[in-house]
Parts: sequence; structure tokens; C-alpha cells
Amino acid sequence: MLKEDCASELRVHLAKSLPLPSSVTRPRIDLVVFVINLHSKYSLQNVEESLRHVDASFFLGKVCFLATGAGRDSHCSVHRNTVGKLAHTYRSPLLFCDLEVDTFRASLAQRLVRMLQVCAGHVPGVSALNLLSLLRSSESPPPEEL
Amino acid sequence: MDRYDAPESTPRQSAASGLRDYFIGATPLQKRLESIRKQASVLPTPPRRKILQCSRLQEDVDPQKVAFLLHKQWTLYSLTPLYKFSYTNLKEYSRLLSAFIAAEKQKGLAVEVGDDFSIKVIFSALLGMKGTERDPEALLVQILSKSQLPPQNREGKVLWTGWFCCIFGDSLLETVSEDFTCLPLFLANGAESNTAIIGTWFQKTFDCYFSPLAINAFNLSWMAAMWTACKMDHYVATTEFFWSVPCSPQSLDISYAIHPEDAKALWDSVHKTSGEVTQEEVDLFMDCLYSHFHRHFKIHLSATRLVRVSTSVASAHTDGKIKILCHKYLIGVLAYLTELAIFQIE
Repeated sequence: MLKEDCASELRVHLAKSLPLPSSVTRPRIDLVVFVINLHSKYSLQNVEESLRHVDASFFLGKVCFLATGAGRDSHCSVHRNTVGKLAHTYRSPLLFCDLEVDTFRASLAQRLVRMLQVCAGHVPGVSALNLLSLLRSSESPPPEEL
Repeated sequence: MDRYDAPESTPRQSAASGLRDYFIGATPLQKRLESIRKQASVLPTPPRRKILQCSRLQEDVDPQKVAFLLHKQWTLYSLTPLYKFSYTNLKEYSRLLSAFIAAEKQKGLAVEVGDDFSIKVIFSALLGMKGTERDPEALLVQILSKSQLPPQNREGKVLWTGWFCCIFGDSLLETVSEDFTCLPLFLANGAESNTAIIGTWFQKTFDCYFSPLAINAFNLSWMAAMWTACKMDHYVATTEFFWSVPCSPQSLDISYAIHPEDAKALWDSVHKTSGEVTQEEVDLFMDCLYSHFHRHFKIHLSATRLVRVSTSVASAHTDGKIKILCHKYLIGVLAYLTELAIFQIE
């Protein structure tokens, strides 16, 4: 993502889990991306734990879920519907991307930078909430309750 | 939060539609995308599944007749429907396949004097190996070596066995026309070269396609839960799980063995509704095992990949290898595998 051209300064902070230590001052957080590895149930559990530490106001468009590893189905231990339901519960968009493939990574980086620009308020006329309702209305109906 | 759900209808759409059209484009395109997405969201896994003890049809199956299917390691493949296959032509197929195999084996190989190329192929129908009346009969193919010595009626050694079946394959049967025979699950035991030759012949003759059936960790944990749930009179093997830890330079393998009665006790404490198995129960069962292991060894098994599950009912490996140990649950195991095969075909 840092390779993408961006008008203002882009900073990425990586963390294994939340909450982030409060002892450090940091700039305003505009977008939180939760990365779930479909090969590992531990990754899903970690994300579920971390979600509790996110302030509710972030869920108005500033949170996004990213599922990786769907390409190698034989290695998957988490079902797609499980992450789909999680994203639906938190009303946030879900993106699928195989982070191991270069080309997918590049296009995903572009997409995330665009989202980030919207969330930071740098795109006139579109707010994070607008973007969220846009993404939601074009998604398929939620996974059926089985 | 619930406010977002309520206006699924017009008010929200009309407010956003102007913006949407600007960004996404014409509405007909969006409608098309919507219909494609609906088709693509085919549900692969229902969270509830019945455990099959003994279907009525299986009672017709003589345990002696299917005994040769047990205790053997089978490699799994999924097979698309066969075109213009008929159960009445089995002798014809045997003849054609024998000729094909003989030709293949002689092609490109130096002729070894004294080597026995005379083999016999037998096609037969396995009666009773099906879930419902609609399922086609299972088909068995065997390669036997022809005995050179008299008496001629002595049966040769079985070199390779393969069989096709369809257990509760309703979802596939509904979609194909009359000319096709659906036998989506193929199990093979024997030399890989024979499997390849027979696969080629079937593909050429019936315009079908084989592909190896891999079982992912998600399905393996389902199998573990379902098989642990089966009631057994006596246990012939311990319940074992194998995990592969991805790390460099060489992957680490972890194996975890439990006494089968303890596993059953754990399952019983997790299981709520009788006759059905739910996703939550499977997850809880596996989580109990993971947390127990973590408490002792401080290793998060949930971050590793489950590669093999072995119980008294059957044992399965992620590469698509299965060994069935109990004839009582044979149909149940095959039903789940048929479902996986059908999912892979679709």
C-alpha cells in the first residue's frame, strides 16, 4: 500500500491483536482492516477477540475485513460463510484476496488506498458512511440463516 | 445498529441511487451482477447433517460381499456424469477395457520375456450400495491377473480395484438428463499407473472427467465429529488427529491420540439435538481438543492445518485417501464423500 501514490501522507500500522497500547501517541486512525487467514482458525478467533476492543463509531464505514487464502481450498479450515456472517454481523465490507499473489496484492492495495482516502475525508462529496451504504447495497443478500 | 436493516426498501435506495448510478453505471448492469452473485452463492455446507446408521437398503447388502471394501486404502476422485453408459453392456466394457490395457502396457515398453501381460478385467454391479432408490447402482471394476497354470478356473490375483458409487446424490441427479449416469464418487486401490490407464479409457469412452478429490481441514473436522458420534459396540482403533505445522525449512507434524471412549464422552457432552450434527457442535468439539492441547503444550493447534483424522469408523487424509473400518457406517461415510465429490464437480 505504501507504494501507491497518494496526495497526503499514508501511514500503516500493523498489529497482531487489539487493543493497541495506549502509552504511545499516534495519529488519527482512519481505516481498520482485519486480516483473516482462512487456513487458520486461530486467526479468526484472534480477530473476533480484537473486534471487541474497537469503538462502535469505527463500524460506520471505517472497518473492513480481508479474507486471505481462499485460493488454496485444500488448506482452508475456516468456511467462507463463517467470515461472511462475521462481516454481516458487523455491517462491514468483506474483501477476498490471496495475499500471496503479487498481482492480487497490487490491486487490493489500490482499492484499500481509495477506501482510506474516502474514510479520511479526502474525497469531496463522499463520506465513509456513504461508501459503506454503497458497498452494502451492491452486495448479495446476507448468507441465509440455516 | 438495527436501523440499517429496516430500510431495505425504497427510501434508502432512492437516496443513494443517484450516487450509485454515477459510480457503478447503468442499473441493468447492476441487475446482471446481482443475478450472477445469487448463482455464485451456492451453499456448499449445510450446518446440520443427519448421521446415518443403517439405511433400509443397506440391510440387503451382505456384509460378506462388501467386506473387501473395508480395511483398504482408497484414493478418491470425483467424476462427472457418464454419457451413454449402460449396465447391460458390462461384458462388452470388460472386453474393451482389457484390450485397451493390454495395448497400453505394451506401448512404449520394452517387451520383457516371461512377463505376464495377460490380465482380465471384470465389470460388475455392486448391489445395494446406494442411499435412495434413485441412486444408480454402484459399479465395480477389477483387474485380475489371468492364471497361466491349469486349472483355468482358478481366480487370478486382484491387481487393482476401483469402484464408482453415488449415495444420496439427489442434488446432482436432478440436474442431468436421461442419457447420463451419475456416479460422482470414484475410489481406487492399486497401482497409480493402472488408475491412470483406466481413467483415460473412461474419459474417452464416456466423455467424463476425473479429478482428484482433496479433503480440506474444514471437512476433516466435520468427519471427525460425525465419526466420533457414531455408536460403536467396540472400538478397534484409537482416535487420532494429525496436524501439519507450516514452518521453514521443514514442516512439523503433530499427532494427538485420544482413547475413543473419551472422545465419545466429549462429543456427548457437546451434542445437543439428537439425529443432527450442527456447525457449532463441531466447532465446540474441536475447540475443546485445541484448548486441552494448548493448556499442556502451549501450542495453538487452531493455527495449524489438520491433515489426517483416524477413528474406529474410518480414517481420512487430506490428499483424498480414505480407509473405512466399519461396515455399519459404510453408507454414511460414502454419503458424505459423495456430497464432497458433487460439490467439486459443480
